[in-house]
Amino acid sequence: MIVSRRWLEALLGRPLDAREVAERLTMHVAAVDAVVPLHPDLGDVLIGRVLEVKKHPNADRLSLCRVDAGGAGGPVEVVCGAPNVQAGKTYPYAPVGATLPGGLKLERRKIRGVESNGMLCSAKELGLGEDHAGILELDTAAPPGSRFVDAVPVADHQIVIDVPANRPDLLCHKGVARELAAVLGGTVKLPPIAGGAAPAGGTARGGSAARAAEGGVPAGRRRASAPSGRVTSGVVDGVEVRLEDPEGAPRYMIAVIRGVKVAPSPGWLTGRLSSIGQRPINNVVDATNYILFELNQPLHAFDLARLNGSAVVVRRAKPGEKIVTLDGLTRTLTPDMTTICDAKRPTIIAGVMGSADSEVSPATTDLVLECAYFQPTRIRRTRRALELSSESSYRFERGIDMLGMPDALRRAIELIVAVAGGELREPPLDLWPEPQQEKTIFLRPERVAHLLGMPVEPGEIERRLTAVGFFLAPKDGRLAVQVPAWRPDVTREVDLIEEVARLKGYDAFPDELRPYRPGTVPDAPEEQARARVRQGLVRLGLLEARTMPLGPPDGPDSVTILNPLSAEDAHLRRRLLPGLMRRVEYNWANRNRDIRLFEVGTVFRKESGSPVEEWTSVAAVLTGARRPPHWSEGAKLPDMDIWDLKHHFELAVDLAAPGCTVEPATGGESGWVAVQRGGEVVGRAGPLEADAPVWAAPLFGLEVRLALTGRAPVVYRPLPVQPPAERDVALVLPGGVSAAQVAAVLQRAVGPLLERFDVFDEYRGPGIPAGHRGVAWHCSFRDPERTLREAEVDAALARGLAALEDELGVRRREG
Amino acid sequence: MRDLLAALAELRERLQEIPQADERRLHDLKTEILGRKAGALTQILGRVPTLDPSSRKEVGAAANALKLEFAAAIAARERELKRAAGSVAGLDLTMPGRAVWRGGLHLVTQVVDEICDIFRELGFTRAVGPEAETERYNFFALNFPKDHPALDAQDSFYLGDDLLLRTHTSPVQIRTLERYPPPIRVVIPGQVYRRDPFDASHSPVFEQIEGLAVDEGISFVDFKATLATFARRFFTADTRVRFRPSFFPFTEPSAEMDVQCQICKGVGCATCKQTGWMEILGSGMVHPAVLENCGVSSERYSGFAWGMGPARIAMTRHGIADIRLFYESDVRFLAQFAGGVR
Repeated sequence: MIVSRRWLEALLGRPLDAREVAERLTMHVAAVDAVVPLHPDLGDVLIGRVLEVKKHPNADRLSLCRVDAGGAGGPVEVVCGAPNVQAGKTYPYAPVGATLPGGLKLERRKIRGVESNGMLCSAKELGLGEDHAGILELDTAAPPGSRFVDAVPVADHQIVIDVPANRPDLLCHKGVARELAAVLGGTVKLPPIAGGAAPAGGTARGGSAARAAEGGVPAGRRRASAPSGRVTSGVVDGVEVRLEDPEGAPRYMIAVIRGVKVAPSPGWLTGRLSSIGQRPINNVVDATNYILFELNQPLHAFDLARLNGSAVVVRRAKPGEKIVTLDGLTRTLTPDMTTICDAKRPTIIAGVMGSADSEVSPATTDLVLECAYFQPTRIRRTRRALELSSESSYRFERGIDMLGMPDALRRAIELIVAVAGGELREPPLDLWPEPQQEKTIFLRPERVAHLLGMPVEPGEIERRLTAVGFFLAPKDGRLAVQVPAWRPDVTREVDLIEEVARLKGYDAFPDELRPYRPGTVPDAPEEQARARVRQGLVRLGLLEARTMPLGPPDGPDSVTILNPLSAEDAHLRRRLLPGLMRRVEYNWANRNRDIRLFEVGTVFRKESGSPVEEWTSVAAVLTGARRPPHWSEGAKLPDMDIWDLKHHFELAVDLAAPGCTVEPATGGESGWVAVQRGGEVVGRAGPLEADAPVWAAPLFGLEVRLALTGRAPVVYRPLPVQPPAERDVALVLPGGVSAAQVAAVLQRAVGPLLERFDVFDEYRGPGIPAGHRGVAWHCSFRDPERTLREAEVDAALARGLAALEDELGVRRREG
Repeated sequence: MRDLLAALAELRERLQEIPQADERRLHDLKTEILGRKAGALTQILGRVPTLDPSSRKEVGAAANALKLEFAAAIAARERELKRAAGSVAGLDLTMPGRAVWRGGLHLVTQVVDEICDIFRELGFTRAVGPEAETERYNFFALNFPKDHPALDAQDSFYLGDDLLLRTHTSPVQIRTLERYPPPIRVVIPGQVYRRDPFDASHSPVFEQIEGLAVDEGISFVDFKATLATFARRFFTADTRVRFRPSFFPFTEPSAEMDVQCQICKGVGCATCKQTGWMEILGSGMVHPAVLENCGVSSERYSGFAWGMGPARIAMTRHGIADIRLFYESDVRFLAQFAGGVR
């Protein structure tokens, strides 16, 4: 919401500092995003009164003016080329030495032989519009020599407020002024309309004491009146109005103004609208927009002559009914939408946008002026269904002031009559089948103190709340608080407590730490598990990555997003590896060769007929040199290979899924799987196929599902005190015999004396039969209780070797 | 006997060679003199039992003494040589050291941990919840009115009729309140999703940290104190903090917390749009409707809650202008925050 400083000044009757306004609003009301000065470059321009106009001696189209610009030296001579210059009128005057918008610096110079002291300016020259046909005639009482920006309301500030969704009252100048009055002091009074007078005919009564204090209908009855009971139709000045959808339009008012003359608006009105970035259109539309931004009451003026049958019918749209909206598009309506129709067809999508047919045009003379409250949810659904929003729909959706409608309509009529002429022959019709009243909420002062942590005097509570339009009366030790209808957000006691806190200022409350009781919630095991895995993988030298969980499908059980941003990102990831691989390719594209990434993230799966599942997955990708190169070791270090992957996988499985075993993959898959005790595969590791540049090293990946169970505490094993006996054995393994089989047989045959058993070499070639391979192990024997004798070790090893030959055909290598 | 004593004397001469011997020579000397089979001293000692008893004692004692002397001299020289090998004399110490790969946590993870650790000092444990949520948890139990403009800021990805990717970590407030009795003090880090196109300042997926404290007698003062304390511990002890009104359906009163701009220290700069302040988190007192929706008495209990974006905080603190860097996973970017050279 953009508000104008000057507009606020007019409502508050006092000058304002835009920075201070921004600061106070931010600290007490709503954040101000920006303060934008308007026309700051007109500071050199003065008010000049033309005393006399003579013809230029040497040029037919130029005139020679004597201008009073307030200077001590008396009037100055100015050459002027504008056809509209007249003696006795006031114009913007740029003296010699002044800089104009665009950087033009005025110098004293001769024009056709006559010296000109400065310049009388057009709107275009001042950056105030496109009009360059003549100089800008000013309607101001400011004395000559005054600064132009002080005399004419163009130098202004736009204050851009980030209005929260629950505060529709801040979507107009009056609402913002009300808040400023509460925090800066002062009262809000609607400025009189220039040339306006109270229109003929009365208006409906309504409003509260607070409303009256702000220049509404004088107090009298505090309760809103019920002007038409349960009546849902009526006739106003020959126009029949039928409210057939009171659910969609709980209150509906119509006025008929006859004999208007549609024309451009006067300068003060276009100035106001321009100051908040609104484009002036014509006097009628500008008047309704002015009321919108002054009072937050959307109004719709339409051409009576274009109505079929002089009727206004408020009803739900019929299925498939069509309307061409102001933007020229044909819209198809549904019965969920409220429309304003004439006797035949819809002319307005209620609260959203009117049709091109019924729009006010230069030919319009008789106006139908609608002032309505449309049901917020209805408007929201319509707006979303049609993907069409407007200043009006924005406000109806948030809820406008239902009780303020008569005042707004009265002021709108006054303004239209003032700027466009015409006449109101009959009071407006007010269809309000179920009149509402302001709601009352009870506030306990002790609850204020309890929740805010600091007592606030009842007098202060009353003062703060009254300042923004609440009405308070003590009742049974509590305060009965009447809530103005422009505050739909205030529905319960705590909302009033917030009002007290923010108006007092959040900074007024101390921030001292007070004692607290420890909570009952233990740390989530997921978080502990994730932290454990992350730390472990970082220790392995891997960098943590975060990838987008949105991407292309990855198998039939990928979860689909119903409303994706793009077709490429229409699925949730099922695994982390595809995303990490894309990151590797991205790194390759940036000439990074050594890439070791891991991720701990959520993955999703949906099997048909079951709900969406999600769990945490752990994945890593590895490619490039095994260690950073060092000058002492030559240029090229070995790249990571499948055995680096295996070790990373074993460690990752140990971290993420303790208790699972790593086994070679079967069934044609290359690499390894992590298997749970029950046989379920919870992880995989292997080489990856990626779009790799020629210089890239082989790429490997692993992924394992994170288990929430932590590792059992490690139980201490006493350190050995006896010395070990070491033996190296070189074995010849027939094809198809694995190291794991050898280890198992050896361990079983030798028994607990065999403490460690590590491969230190593999060999194929001369001396080994074809299809066989030589594998060498380093064995370490130890008895925890005593020193082993050499003969015992030899005997144990021989037992093992015999079993190997017997069971696997593995023999000791000769020589 | 005499020849043995002469041989011993001759061997003793060779003690002098030891202090000059290099590693290889020392090894040879050791074998030559003390070797288990052919060592000169070993052989002499082997002959001692053959001597007549009168000279056996004299020769034996002399040979053993010399053996000890050799052993001591060789050991001393060995230590000396080892020390010399570790010496840096004559080396160009500006040459690069031998490195190992350094891993590191993602910057966002580091900031999440840092924030959660500060709150742990203030009594908050870590809780989590699912990323695919129902509308009840994501919106309605949090007091979002149905069909209200407040929902617009939470444009969401839907997975089914009543299943969406959570737009904030706040649903975990509800899950925690439903599962545990007060007092509750938790922080809830996690990934959230908004239907925003990916650009320099928006990501459809980002990390959030939620916080919730509920107990008897928790007030606005406790709320301000806890969050201001966090800010002063996370930034600097003298960081200025301000609270200002805001709106969230699930808090009342609602507040934004700003901290003094860390770049300009409050003077005003481009980063803080000349305001001198940086918005850090949205927060407020837990709305009584939220407590009631979870079956917790709003008369007896009160509390506060907040949510913040660690990625955004990291961006302001570390001078990162584009949020996409966090997800590109360029190893050069990641390594900058891993504390290593590579």
